Amino acid sequence: MKKSVFLGTVAFAGLAAAAASAATLDDVKARGTLNCGVTTGVPGFAEPDANGEWQGFDVAVCRAVAAAVLGDATAVTFVPTTGKTRFTSLASGEIDMLARNTTWTFSRDTDLKFDFTGINYYDGQGFMVPAALGVSSATELDGATVCIQTGTTTELNLADYFRVNGMSYEPVPIETGAEAVQQYLAGACDVYTTDRSALAAQRAGFENPADSVILPEVVSKEPLGPLVRHGDSEWFDIVKWTLNALIAAEEYGVTSENVEELAAAPGDNPEVNRLLGTEGELGAMMGLDNEWARRAIAAVGNYGEVFSTNIGEETAIGLSRGLNAQYTEGGLLYSPPFR
Amino acid sequence: MTIMTDPPRDDGFRLGKLISDTRYRSITFQVITLVLLVLGIGYLISNLLANLADLGQDLSYDFLAAPSGYDINQQPIPYDSQSTHLRATIVGALNTLIVAFLACVTATVLGVIAGVLRLSKNWIISKLMAVYVEAFRNIPVLIWIIIIFTVVANVFPQPRDFRGEEATASPLFGVIAATNRGVYVPRPYFTNGFGLTDEEALSQGATDADAFELAATQGALLDWLVILAVLAGSFFAARAILNWANRTQEATGKRPATFWPTLAVWIVPITLVCWFMGLSWEVPELRGFNFQGGILMRGSLIALWLALSIYTGAFIAENVRAGILAISKGQTEAAAALGLRPRRIMNLVVLPQALRVIIPPLISQYLNITKNSSLAIAVGYMDLTATLGGITLNQTGRAIESILLLMLFYLTISLLISFFMNIYNNSVRLKER
Repeated sequence: MKKSVFLGTVAFAGLAAAAASAATLDDVKARGTLNCGVTTGVPGFAEPDANGEWQGFDVAVCRAVAAAVLGDATAVTFVPTTGKTRFTSLASGEIDMLARNTTWTFSRDTDLKFDFTGINYYDGQGFMVPAALGVSSATELDGATVCIQTGTTTELNLADYFRVNGMSYEPVPIETGAEAVQQYLAGACDVYTTDRSALAAQRAGFENPADSVILPEVVSKEPLGPLVRHGDSEWFDIVKWTLNALIAAEEYGVTSENVEELAAAPGDNPEVNRLLGTEGELGAMMGLDNEWARRAIAAVGNYGEVFSTNIGEETAIGLSRGLNAQYTEGGLLYSPPFR
Repeated sequence: MTIMTDPPRDDGFRLGKLISDTRYRSITFQVITLVLLVLGIGYLISNLLANLADLGQDLSYDFLAAPSGYDINQQPIPYDSQSTHLRATIVGALNTLIVAFLACVTATVLGVIAGVLRLSKNWIISKLMAVYVEAFRNIPVLIWIIIIFTVVANVFPQPRDFRGEEATASPLFGVIAATNRGVYVPRPYFTNGFGLTDEEALSQGATDADAFELAATQGALLDWLVILAVLAGSFFAARAILNWANRTQEATGKRPATFWPTLAVWIVPITLVCWFMGLSWEVPELRGFNFQGGILMRGSLIALWLALSIYTGAFIAENVRAGILAISKGQTEAAAALGLRPRRIMNLVVLPQALRVIIPPLISQYLNITKNSSLAIAVGYMDLTATLGGITLNQTGRAIESILLLMLFYLTISLLISFFMNIYNNSVRLKER
């Protein structure tokens, strides 16, 4: 008798655990807060400000999803992850989504059983060297000592790049970006390589940014985007379309300032109306209400606003839009239609 | 209390006896517990596998055969980014063993010296050692590793400071370059060794640079094996001289002088062999971004090695001190009464007996060094935790498999160290007859 009760409890607990992992949306709603994985700190992309509030380009994606799902952009628990812990955190369910300049690769998408919900930053790997070295091209780096964050795609690209070009190098493996910068500034390595956006972000924090140059070569494609676990398509849709909503909002000229106005008085652009929920039932199709996108845009602004406030040319990071411009302006940003 | 009045009836075995009979009861409960334990563990494992399957993941070690794609800077065996993850794992394991071995040796030397000196009658020396022991024992080893690494990176000059007319740094003795990337020292090699020359390699069908390099590598390995064999020969010869001296002393009461013969046995053969094989030194030179040639002792290795040595050395010093204090003062006084000088008393009377107390905790310290070497990742030393538990884990996403392998490796190494040190412990332990 006792045994069967025990087994029954065990079986029930097992079933409950299995069921719980399936519907992330229900979990998030029940918990009332979104667990979002971010970096341990990259200026402009994700970093706590002086008040301990997380700010940044990747953070905005988390806030937008929280606003769309929970109606509150502050209902996010930020979980800092390193390059090493990020995938385990996501796979184990510790976080609901990961927005942490993570490169979309084939094996991460398939073998690691994750789903990339889109691309929020088109990046490429670059090299930063002290200007005093007089190096103007990555092809002159034969024999150099290179600081590199371990466990990243940049590490693999670096090995491939030097191998293909018949050059040798001495890798100095480093755990975090901050440590790499410290080693680079002390001259313990000649070159620091990572995504060009991160190079620019970290150089902006140097005492003398002009003493370092970022070499012109871009040696890889680094499409960075948020990702979720495999197997929960509803949640995948929500994160994907929240990101698309931010991109589409910029395309249609919806900003955090005029979004309420446009929603209160529907205009004659049906796509904007569907996006803002004044027409059609798009929100209901993925288990949300119809104001989901309106809340997301009101909370963080459209893609262009997020870009310019966090990493754009007016900020210390000073990145130009480049590939990250709308497709209408020669960039790669392109949201599928809201219909 | 029950008093047995009749011998138990031997009426054969009944199932009920498993509970009622005290002869069987304890075994019954143990068996039941064991079965429940096995079932419990089995349930946990099946639960893990089922949950992994739900996540679409499975346990598979296939990734070990796939190309790793990353480079490792310290390679005890040939390795490049096209080698497999398994080879990267082995490189990492060897690097772990290298730093653990180096640190065990220096920590022991440091610990014995500091432990003995802490008992010195000289006030300054004993207090200095007390400060060393207390400071290092009570600050976490990770902090020492980082401090030494930061000092190395910021105090020593960059390679480019050695360049040009107005160089601000110059190599030590003209051959040893201490930079913030590590210390470059000259590398010995043999011009007339057993390695194949290019012509010989060519005649054996070698066609490309890789084959030449392979031939040269194998030749160099052979050269070093010869050196090792000569040194081993010298060791046995020196021991034979010592035995001969002991026998002569026992037979005649006079001990022949062994210093010069022993010195000759150590020095003459190795000099002859080196001269015959044409020993030369490859001096590091500044070419391009870095020094080229020579042997590079990386800053990360130095930091890890030094930190582990002085940290664990402080613990060993306390073990040694405890061991010495455990020897009765009467032993020292008796030895002194025989006319032995203090150094000989320490070496011949006190330390041999103290070893019985020192060895068992020393085993734990060796285990600690080996396990603490996994802090290597803090300074980017590519040990096993950095290759298998770091990059491989990260690139393949095979966390459970990698961690299981890591656990297996450290467990095996720890048990092996324990095993061999216990054999040694048995050999020095007090023999009771």
